[in-house]
Parts: sequence; C-alpha cells; structure tokens
Amino acid sequence: MNARRRDLAALATLLPVVVATAFFVLPLLGLLLRAPWSRFLEQAGSPAVLDALWLSLLCSTSAAACSLLLGLPLAVWLAGGQGAVRAVVRVLVTLPMVLPPVVGGIALLVAYGRNGIVGGPLARWLDVALPFTTAGVVLAATYVSTPFFVLTVEAGLRSVDRRYADAAATLGAGPWHTFGRVTLPLVLPSLRAGLVVAWARALGEFGATITFAGNLAGHTRTLPLAVYVALESQPEAAVVTSLLLVVVSVGLLFLLRHRWWPSR
Amino acid sequence: MTLDVDFGLQRGELHLDVAFAVAAGETLALVGPNGAGKSTCLAALAGLLGIARGHITLAGERLDDPARRLFVPPASRGVGVVFQEHRLFPHLGALDNVAFGLRARGSDRRSARTAAREWLRRVGLERHAAVLPRELSGGQAQRVALARALAAAPRLLLLDEPLSAVDASARLLLRRELRAHLAAFAGPRVVVAHDALDAFALADRVAVLEAGRIVQAGTVAEICERPRSRYVADLVGTNLLRGTVHDGVLRVGDGGTLVVSTPHEGAVIATVHPRAIALFRERPSGSPRNVWSAPVVGIEVAGDRVRVQLAGQVALVAEVTPAAVAELGLARSVAVWVALKATEIGVDPA
Repeated sequence: MNARRRDLAALATLLPVVVATAFFVLPLLGLLLRAPWSRFLEQAGSPAVLDALWLSLLCSTSAAACSLLLGLPLAVWLAGGQGAVRAVVRVLVTLPMVLPPVVGGIALLVAYGRNGIVGGPLARWLDVALPFTTAGVVLAATYVSTPFFVLTVEAGLRSVDRRYADAAATLGAGPWHTFGRVTLPLVLPSLRAGLVVAWARALGEFGATITFAGNLAGHTRTLPLAVYVALESQPEAAVVTSLLLVVVSVGLLFLLRHRWWPSR
Repeated sequence: MTLDVDFGLQRGELHLDVAFAVAAGETLALVGPNGAGKSTCLAALAGLLGIARGHITLAGERLDDPARRLFVPPASRGVGVVFQEHRLFPHLGALDNVAFGLRARGSDRRSARTAAREWLRRVGLERHAAVLPRELSGGQAQRVALARALAAAPRLLLLDEPLSAVDASARLLLRRELRAHLAAFAGPRVVVAHDALDAFALADRVAVLEAGRIVQAGTVAEICERPRSRYVADLVGTNLLRGTVHDGVLRVGDGGTLVVSTPHEGAVIATVHPRAIALFRERPSGSPRNVWSAPVVGIEVAGDRVRVQLAGQVALVAEVTPAAVAELGLARSVAVWVALKATEIGVDPA
C-alpha cells in the first residue's frame, strides 16, 4: 500500500519533467523526421546555403570579437564598484537583451543609418555606409550580443577574489601587471563562456539584421535569413538549413559543456 | 631599518589605535583575541588599508601619513606579506608563484625563475616547482607563500598567523623552520599569532592587542611573568586575579580571600602560576597560609601536564601531572583541598 503510494508520488513528480522535456524535444524530432534525407547533401551544399553559412560564421565570429573589444573594458569597469552611475550604464548596455530585435534594428538605423545621427556624418565625410552591408550585419549582431558578453564577464570578474589582487600588489605588481597576470587568467573561464554566448546570440540574430542590414544574398543574408526566405518558396530547403543551424548549435553546446555538466 | 608606527583607523566596529616600533632583525608578535585588530593592523602596514590618523614609517620613509596626504601604494612599499590563507595564485605553479614578485618588478622570465628556484630550494620544495597550489599541503603552501614574499626582497616582513593552516604534527617542524627563515631576514618582522606558543617561539617581543588597543607589550619573559589582562593570562597559562589588598589579605573580585605577602595596599593584580597550586585529598597540615576545599569543574590535558579548573572561594587553574590526577582521583565535581603559599602569589598594583 505504502510502496504503491510512493510509486504514484514518484510518477506525479516525474510527469511534469517528461512533459517539459517532450516540449523541447518534439520540435527537434520534427525537423529530423521532415528532413529530405535523400537530397540532404545536395540541398545543404547548394551555393545559396553555403554562402549564407559562410556569411553567418564570418559575421558571428566578427561580432564576438567586437563584443570582446567593446565589452571587456566595460565589464572591468562595471565590476570595479557599486553605485548609481554603474547601475544606469549597466541597464543601458543590457537593454538590447530584452529589447525586441526589430526595435533594436530601427534604433540602429536612426543612429547609424545613412541619415542617422552618426551614420549621416559618416556617409557624408568618410563615405562609409553601414546599412545593407556585411559590416552592418556585424554591427547589428554586435549590438544584440555584447550585453551577454558583458554580463557574463562582469559576473566572472566579481567572483574573482579581490584578495589575489591585494597579494599581487604586496609583491610589487602594478594594476596592469595584476590585471594581465592574475585577474585575467582567473576570469578566463567566464571570458570564454561570454564569447561563446555572444557568438551564439550573433549566429541566431534575425530581427535587427533584417531591419538594419536588409536581406541581400551574399552580403547580408545570413543563415537565419536564408531559412526565412526559403520557408516561403522551398520549405524543404528551410528544414535542411535549420538542421544545419541545429548542428552548429549542438557543437556550441559541446564547447560550453563545462557550464552545464555538473563539475566533478 | 626600523619600522615605526603610530596610527589609528576605523573599520566597521573596530577602532584600531596602536603605536609600536620594531628594529631591524627584531620580530614583534601581535597576539590577541579574534577581532582585536591584528590582521587589520597588518593590512594597514602593507598599505591594503589606509589609516585615518598618525603615520607608518619604515627606515625613515613615511609610507602613510594622512595629515600630509601621503600614501605609498602597496606595490611600492617593499612590504612582504605571508597571508593567513596564503593567497597563492591558483593558476600558477609553485615556481611561478615565487617568481611573481621578481617578474612584477621587471625581471625577465629566466632570471626570475632561476632566483625563484633557489628560494624554493631554501624552503625545501625544489621538487614541487610545477605543482599548483591546490595540490600542495597546508605546510607546503605556507612555505611557498613565505618563499614568494621573501623572493620579492621586501624591507619589512609581515606574517599573518603563519602556522594556523598547518596540522599539529607538521607545526613543530614548520615553527622551527620559520624561526630560521625569520632570523635570516634582515629587516623588521611582524608576526600575528593566535597561539601563544607560536608567538613566544617566533618573537623577541610581544604586543597584546585587545579591542584595537595594545594592552601590554614587552619581552616574552616579561609578559609571562606579569600578564596584565585575563586574555594574556589565559594565553600564557597564568592565573590572574583582580582584587584589593588590605592588611596582607587579598579580597578577590568575586568574594574569596587569600593571604598574600606584599607591601602594597588597595587595588592590585595578582598572578598565581598554575604549578604553584598544590592539590590534596585530605586537608594538608603544615605551613601554607591558604588552604581551602574546592570542587573540580574541569580537567584538560595540555601536553604532559593536566590543567585542573577549580571553583570555590577563589577560581583558579592548577597544573598537575597525569600521575597526580590518578592518585588524587580527580574528576569533575570531586572536591579537593587546595594549598597555596602566600609567597607564590605575585602582587602588582593595578
């Protein structure tokens, strides 16, 4: 009687877990079932898909690099103290995380577009135009992905024990030496995780990209945009391209495995 | 090269206000209960905490003097610190930890490593050059931390409870080693010690810190002979009684009386060495002026001695041999006769 009740209780706790897992697994399963396996290689190897894949990898890697350049000094400064100024800056910088990407794209157009407050002078005096170029894709991706990098690295920096920096100082190390030889090595896991998360966010970027950089094959049509285009005319190709993105994402999770796996 | 300090600072609840000097080649031990401000004092000397008042002067150079808006940052002080939790850089092997200070001061990698290897050899860890801190034992980490601090060629050496992270068996050896390394260091040294034995084994002079103030300072012998606070007495193991003397009779704070031999009158601090107290099963006859019966409230083994806590008219701690414990049938709440000669009671005006 008791054992039976226990079994029921175990089942009751397990059920929501099964439902939740199924919720996430079924769409993947659908992709696998609907994929035109006989023509998979042919579809995936088509110039349009390969161009988009190449462009996606190029742009998300560039965006991750830009995140590092823009985000690292920011994260170091944010982690350096408390206070209202830092809080405000943190909100402003992380806004793109919660902003609908389309809104982000429009905001980017207003700022960096041909007639934008920065883009206007850029176009007029330097003849540099960002919208509807590959650089524009990188810009849009950097805009949406840098907040992830900043928050990850700031959290990492905050968790680095301040006492190691103190110890370095008593040994005669100035702030730069301490940062380069003590703080940075200790924060390396967070830095790596921040880069991967930023890269992933950039890879999946759609809304801001299509709004700011448009959808020009070979120039601004990244994989997510290619999927969207294909969905209207050739749904099979859309599934194949999607699977390609799944493969890339799984690879990414593999890189990040130390974050999800319980550590030994 | 003398360390000369007189400063005050506020940190949370603690108001630290101290003045002392340590000569080159001399070791000062800071002892005191938890939260007395010992580590805070070291942090101020190292420049990791600013002071609010006074000055810190090393070899005639002002390192910190808020009145003159003078503050030398820790990296430029030449003050070596061995932290209580060692703070070895977790991503660097023992050798690179030791080489860190030399690299920070601009040595090239090769010569820094050569010098660091020599320091590792001196602390007996040349075989552990590549070992990461998390794989070192407490004693090994302590040695690496000491080598790291010394390799940076400091002018002043600070050690925060250097033996606290070491298990008892390794302690004796490490204490002896540490003593030798301290002796080889030419500048002033300040050691924070929680354990009286460590303080007295390592230091020439002791300053007792309580609630941010130095309540007593002196040579080890002076402090053992005349502890001036309950804490110091516990630390050195001597009984300390506050009371008043009138006509050769000491009336202790909590009511009991003892016959003493002193010319002083009025408020005094009396010290009774635990070994001067004799315990008997039956009431002893003979000369002792102070004889009374007291219940045993605690028995504690301390090395080859047993410390017996006595209640009764005057609460005292007596030290006897384990054989005596068996002979007298000592146990908690057993009553014994206590005898104490008047001449064994040290009396100092309070």
